[in-house]
Amino acid sequence: MKESGHLIRLAILFAAGLAVFLLIRQALVPPGFGKYGHFRAGALDDVRAHPIRFAGRAACEMCHEDKLKELKSGKHAGVGCEACHGAQAVHADDPMKSKPVLPDTTSLCPRCHAANSAKPKWFPQVVVRDHAGTEPCKSCHQPHNPKIG
Amino acid sequence: MSTTRRELLSQISKLLIVTPAAAAYLDRLSGAETGPASKYLMADHYWAMAIDIEKCIGCGNCVRGCAAENGVPRGYFRTWVERYEVGAWPESEHPEVDSPDGGFEGFPEKSRPGAKSFFVPKLCNHCAHSPCVQVCPVGATFETPDGLVLVDQTYCLGCRYCVQACPYGCRYILPDKQVVDKCTLCYHRISKGLTTACCEVCPTGARKLADLKDPKDPIHEFLRTNSVQVLKPHMATGAKVYYKSLDQSVR
Repeated sequence: MKESGHLIRLAILFAAGLAVFLLIRQALVPPGFGKYGHFRAGALDDVRAHPIRFAGRAACEMCHEDKLKELKSGKHAGVGCEACHGAQAVHADDPMKSKPVLPDTTSLCPRCHAANSAKPKWFPQVVVRDHAGTEPCKSCHQPHNPKIG
Repeated sequence: MSTTRRELLSQISKLLIVTPAAAAYLDRLSGAETGPASKYLMADHYWAMAIDIEKCIGCGNCVRGCAAENGVPRGYFRTWVERYEVGAWPESEHPEVDSPDGGFEGFPEKSRPGAKSFFVPKLCNHCAHSPCVQVCPVGATFETPDGLVLVDQTYCLGCRYCVQACPYGCRYILPDKQVVDKCTLCYHRISKGLTTACCEVCPTGARKLADLKDPKDPIHEFLRTNSVQVLKPHMATGAKVYYKSLDQSVR
């Protein structure tokens, strides 16, 4: 009987240690950890909760059908609205709240069309100073359908 | 040994009880389960990106779009554009690469006679076997079931191991929070059915978000009909940004 007392005390100590470990683990491991892998599942929601700034072309098309028609008939058919007009999610949510500023074609168009030897050869490019001087591009080209005339 | 009908029926009924529980557990592991608010199922997607070098004009729209969408501090980049200038042999051994301000304001003309030059847009490759994930000591960076490499910024210690481990240089330490930050492939957009900000504003369609698990996604046609390469394939990172017409000089 005396010998087994040692074992029982040892077992109690071990059980107490295990209980402390489990309690600490419970307190330190965040909820959802390990649900999808070795990370906190809530982190996915944290990343997804980031606000959207670019509304996406589909949102623009819902209201601006006239501009879409113009765009679709020309060379810029594949260019997203916000590629030129900037992030417009606030405007798409509430058109009264924020009005997009009309981009200045003098600085906007050369971002893509200024001649650069690293640009692919198929892409239409001009040496802006020789081509137009300081004249804004839109005095000859319609940005939504950029052919001349 | 014979089994009575009673025993057989009781065995089958036990199995029937266990099967849905096992299925639910497997679903949980594979990410088929979703939060109550979202219709997005992780198990239905596996994200990647297709980039066509011949379409990139180095306008920097992606760099500005990404910064605007994700609030990336100036001077740091989740995506950037590099310009390669590869001279005639033997200079071709050492291509000149520049990326003024990450290509944020585009590229000033710089011409070297006889050189081949082109733009290479870069971003996180969302590797299937990410070196950055493997080195994180606290499990703050991870691969998701839908094929993204993300960061839990509440867990990150800012130890910078992952910044060094990424062979593509896609990570940086946020100057204010002192935690690591990187491309999320606009998870907040793609999980709501939108494309990434960089793809949204790319005027030539040089970048295309791709869902490898969607059989109708044009990525399958893209991979089948083109010569496609990933960056640093010898590192076996399982990179998922697929480049068409990538020159061998690109690192």
